[in-house]
Amino acid sequence: MLESKAKRALTTVAGLALLGNAGGAAADYALNLRRGVTSISHEAYDLHMLILWICVAIGVVVFGAMFISIFSHRKSKGAQPAQFHESTTVEVIWTIVPFLILIGMAIPATKALVAMEDTSNSDLSIKVTGYQWKWGYEYLDSGVSFISSLATPKEQIFNEQDKGLNYLLEVDNPVVVPINKKVRLMITANDVIHAWWVPDLGMKKDAIPGFVNEMWFNIEKEGTYRGQCAELCGKDHGFMPIVVVAKNEADYQKWIADKKSEMGAASAGADREWAMAELMERGKKVYTSNCAACHQAGGAGIPGTFPALKGSAIATGPKDAHMKLVMHGKSGTAMAAFASQLNDIDLAAVITYERNAWGNDIGDLVQPSEIKAAR
Amino acid sequence: MSDTNGSYYVPHGSGWPIIGSIGLFTMMQGFANFLNGSGIGSTVMLVGFAILLFMVFGWFRTVINESETGTYNRQVDKSFRWGMGWFIFSEVMFFAAFFGALWYTRVLVMPWLGGGDPGTHELLYPNWEASWPTNGPGDVGGAFTLLDPWKIPALNTLLLLSSGVTITFAHWALKKGNRGSLIMWMIATVVLGATFLGFQAYEYGQAYSEHHNLTLGSGIYGSTFFMLTGFHGLHVTLGTIMLIVITLRCAKGHFTADRHFGFEAVAWYWHFVDVVWLGLFIFVYLL
Amino acid sequence: MSTAATHDAHHEEHAKGLLRWVFTTNHKDIGTLYLVFALTMFFVGGAMAMVIRAELFQPGLQFVDPQFFNSMTTMHALIMVFGAVMPAFVGLANWLIPMMIGAPDMALPRMNNWSFWILPFAALMLVGTLFMDGGAPAGGWTMYPPLVLQTGDAFPFLIFSVHLLGISSIMGAINIIVTIMNMRAPGMTMMKMPLFVWTWLITAYLLIAVMPVFAGAVTMLLTDRFFDTSFFNAAGGGDPVMFQHIFWFFGHPEVYIMILPAFGVISAIIPTFARKRLFGYSSMVYATASIAFLSFIVWAHHMFTVGLPLTGELFFMYATMLIAVPTGVKVFNWVSTMWKGSMTFETPMLFAIGFVMLFTIGGFSGLMMSITPIDFQYHDTYFIVAHFHYVLVSGSVFSIFAAVYYWLPKWTGNMYDEKLGKLHFWLSAIFVNVLFFPQHFLGLAGMPRRIPDYSTQFAGFNEISSLGGFAFGLTQLLFVYIVIKTVRGGSKATDQVWEGADGLEWTLPSPPPYHSFTTAPEVK
Ligand code: HEA
Ligand code: HEA
Ligand code: HEC
Ligand code: CUA
Ligand SMILES: [Cu+2]
Repeated sequence: MLESKAKRALTTVAGLALLGNAGGAAADYALNLRRGVTSISHEAYDLHMLILWICVAIGVVVFGAMFISIFSHRKSKGAQPAQFHESTTVEVIWTIVPFLILIGMAIPATKALVAMEDTSNSDLSIKVTGYQWKWGYEYLDSGVSFISSLATPKEQIFNEQDKGLNYLLEVDNPVVVPINKKVRLMITANDVIHAWWVPDLGMKKDAIPGFVNEMWFNIEKEGTYRGQCAELCGKDHGFMPIVVVAKNEADYQKWIADKKSEMGAASAGADREWAMAELMERGKKVYTSNCAACHQAGGAGIPGTFPALKGSAIATGPKDAHMKLVMHGKSGTAMAAFASQLNDIDLAAVITYERNAWGNDIGDLVQPSEIKAAR
Repeated sequence: MSDTNGSYYVPHGSGWPIIGSIGLFTMMQGFANFLNGSGIGSTVMLVGFAILLFMVFGWFRTVINESETGTYNRQVDKSFRWGMGWFIFSEVMFFAAFFGALWYTRVLVMPWLGGGDPGTHELLYPNWEASWPTNGPGDVGGAFTLLDPWKIPALNTLLLLSSGVTITFAHWALKKGNRGSLIMWMIATVVLGATFLGFQAYEYGQAYSEHHNLTLGSGIYGSTFFMLTGFHGLHVTLGTIMLIVITLRCAKGHFTADRHFGFEAVAWYWHFVDVVWLGLFIFVYLL
Repeated sequence: MSTAATHDAHHEEHAKGLLRWVFTTNHKDIGTLYLVFALTMFFVGGAMAMVIRAELFQPGLQFVDPQFFNSMTTMHALIMVFGAVMPAFVGLANWLIPMMIGAPDMALPRMNNWSFWILPFAALMLVGTLFMDGGAPAGGWTMYPPLVLQTGDAFPFLIFSVHLLGISSIMGAINIIVTIMNMRAPGMTMMKMPLFVWTWLITAYLLIAVMPVFAGAVTMLLTDRFFDTSFFNAAGGGDPVMFQHIFWFFGHPEVYIMILPAFGVISAIIPTFARKRLFGYSSMVYATASIAFLSFIVWAHHMFTVGLPLTGELFFMYATMLIAVPTGVKVFNWVSTMWKGSMTFETPMLFAIGFVMLFTIGGFSGLMMSITPIDFQYHDTYFIVAHFHYVLVSGSVFSIFAAVYYWLPKWTGNMYDEKLGKLHFWLSAIFVNVLFFPQHFLGLAGMPRRIPDYSTQFAGFNEISSLGGFAFGLTQLLFVYIVIKTVRGGSKATDQVWEGADGLEWTLPSPPPYHSFTTAPEVK
């Protein structure tokens, strides 16, 4: 196979160029588009190869002619310049032939595009919401919902630890979908534009605040597929991966059931009184995974961009205003409305935490019931 | 074009451009600081604006002097004409951006939010119905009511259209060399322009009143309404100032029956402002 | 100041020292100012690219904070596009158009000075944001809301510097159109104009048509942030995607603004060194006009993933693909000009040939991206980054190098060092490929653009790309050295400079007199 040979040759060249470099954990230097695991990704791949080879062929002809000319029609070889400088015939030909080639490309491209954009008759709908910088998923049929954020430890990012196999491409809660089902994603965003993209699924769609975009895929093979946010969305744009796990129907159903009971457990106790220590402990966790990206672990923020919460007027001021801000966010800034992302306990915990951590020491606490009342 | 080529006027150095740049820079620097909430911002902005004004007057004084002393030949005159024409075209494109925004939101966004795009409507705004005018599903800026297009706007249309006629009369008078009539028609044009502005200001006052509650913050309707009419108003203001200057120049005896580029440039500009208003009247007020 | 413009011997009466440059109304002085400014900005933007490449040299966060990385990407692009490439072409236009059409100067010399002297202030305003609270703009050069609305204190400065750049470009463009339409020597009909003049004429139209639209777009950003408007906010009935439409209505013609003058340069150089007339002059003109026309109806190919209606996607796909036809005509014409010529390969010709090859490669990847169903895969990956650097760096920038080598002897009266010039070409041509070719692979393998850190599978090619980047950057120091050396002295250039050179500028002495043509030449 020509293609794999070419690939090997190029890999060798690349490898040589890397000579002396010890790094490169996963030394699988992919050269080409991934073929993927859905019908659309296959179609995209085939089209990609078709157009690529057409371009290569045109390139060979054009550059070939140019190089022949460069080698033989040079003054040092005594070439005398010819006098011709126009020819309607050839000019018409080289206008029409490329045009025909383009039509040849447009036909399969149109077919593929029409198929890709057809989101009707889906078996399962998932609402996907982009947040700075994590993804929220809500299974519209079963009500399962969760937030999915980067699982790679900071130490790896800051080179204090060896990087893992799926460095930057791992999340705490992957999206699980059944195989051989047409899954429709309803994609939106909460703050800025993001884009949901898993290369192996062959499709990318922007998540636009205030609008819902649709895309679909039908995975053929069980497995784990990884992707990333593909639209610049601020500081941690490079750190909001996507992981899709495709399971067979039975495993999928089991996962749904598990997820449901997990959700029940997480909101269990929303009605009881919580003690300070409990809230602080849970609050710290919530803070680390939801707030620290901006306000930093020590609550010091980033001057000019994200305000410090340590000693902040709001975090040390009246409770109501603090709750309101965290729950409803501040429009026009990166501060999102967390009421839709966190449950009552988590909100109560994180607000309590902010009021008492880093020497804020207000001493009061927020009960989940207060959050519920404030919703 | 050949006959005059050798004597094309090439000025030797000029300080006005750099003064203009410093003025613009200072003004924008000040405005930006003002927007960021800095105290001295507005002062700096005013200083910059003063420098800019100084430049505009100085530069035009130089050019007018050169023109009146016969420095410019036909070819230079033609350069000015081309230049003014393309400048006006650039202004047209600037307005096109805002008209484009108006059409895009009305023709495409409204239906998407309001049901034409099922996903968006059902998931995000199930209870909202789209109809123009609107301040969007978030009821941004609160409920508002419209201004009656057949009152002030219609009157203003009449005013601007008549001013287009009066300036043409002025032009004819200039071509005939009838200076008294020229000045009279110019004054009429200025008065019509100024009246238009007065009405426009009054109308803004009404819009912002509690009764209408139509503001720049009234969702997409308020945004497009005020940005379009506002930028137009700004252009009318500029145009009126230019008309006043031209009237004064006429009074001073500038321009001849066959050479009066300054006059024509302002007339073109005025017609452009006129045409934009017609677009506004139709697309912003009527439809 | 003298009033008449027919100047005798004493026309070098301009101010001396620094003020000469501040007050000048001379097209050559202003051309020089533009070129020097552009070169400076090329280094500023290049230094930022070096920060990007250094951070991307290895996975993990090494040198800069992610927010600052985004600022670097944003500022790098803005500075390269608006500070380096566009001003460089305007500089070339200033130097060459009057000389090519037989005019004494540009049509509106004072405005010409203003067009230039706005630029340094705009650049100052933009670069100044690096030191502000919240850092420099970091929302990408495309400035998409809502993200760009989160910019700190830099935000209004960003907007106003764009306004200034726009004012400058519009005035520059008006001047060029007026000069070309009104200042041609007798007998210089439109269809006798050199292609560089033609391409610039069409470019100037594009500029006047789209810069005001860009100004409008950023004005809407400003009012959305500070004056409660809702243009880009769905809650108020607006749409963030609307900004993208307006931006790309400007942005796509903008990329042709950066390539059409390059086409003109190449169309001047290849015939000279092939010693053969340009093949298909009139089809070159029509092709340029077609590209310009098409550039207005393809903008949404940058937005295939925003959720356009299917019909929209189809329309923009077809329209975009069509651009390959007129562009192909150009490429074929250049090759045909070389065909059966009598070629020599001085530095300008080398850069021109490099241009034809590498630009075409960039064009091919552009064509691949125009196919909507596969752009879903390419979009916002390094494949795009590879595409546009091929057309911009080995395209536009190479053509600027070619132009400088080609006309520098005319401008200064001195020949440049041919050996060093060739060295500059070969190093640039090799390293630009080491720098950008691997980025195709990265993009296809799935590496998104605008990220400061990446998963380990992308490590190898990033390393190669960074090394290529450093080498390419260092190579450019050589260019500065060559230019300075030539300005300082060197063997004297003849008036015609190149054996095969043809055109009015070569009839003037080298260096040309202060006022190019005080009496108009007769063109037959
Ligand atoms: C000088 C600048 C320049 C030029 C000339 C071009 C030229 C082209 N560009 Fe490029 N483009 C950019 C600068 C440029 N581009 C930039 C800066 C971006 C990214 C912006 C951003 O997001 O930041 C971009 C992005 C971009 C995209 C968006 C990708 C995405 O974000 O998903 C697309 C999609 O269609 C595209 C297409 C094209 C096409 C079809 C051409 C065509 O004009 C190319 C035509 C040329 C040829 C095809 C080669 C020669 C022809 C032949 C030899 C004839 C025969 C050939 C055939 C019949 C195939 N470009
Ligand atoms: C005309 C435009 C232009 C030019 C000339 C360049 C030139 C270069 N560009 Fe740029 N680039 C863009 C336009 C341009 N770029 C645009 C529009 C974007 C998109 C931005 C966005 O996403 O918003 C972009 C984005 C972009 C990225 C992607 C960033 C990201 O997605 O996060 C990268 C990464 O490699 C890159 C690299 C380079 C390099 C290495 C060069 C080199 O060619 C530069 C070479 C020049 C120098 C290096 C300067 C000269 C030398 C010195 C200063 C001496 C010192 C040298 C050393 C220390 C080695 N560019
Ligand atoms: C994407 C970035 C981001 C994340 C994540 C984030 N915030 Fe914020 N936060 C901001 C910004 C920006 C502001 C400043 C808003 C303004 O301009 O007033 C802010 C302001 C605040 C304030 C007010 C501070 C003051 O004194 O003005 C509080 C309290 C706060 N955030 C709490 C939280 C909590 C609790 C979480 C997590 C559950 C969180 N934030 C997550 C960006 C973020
Ligand atoms: Cu989210 Cu990028
Ligand atoms: Cu484009």
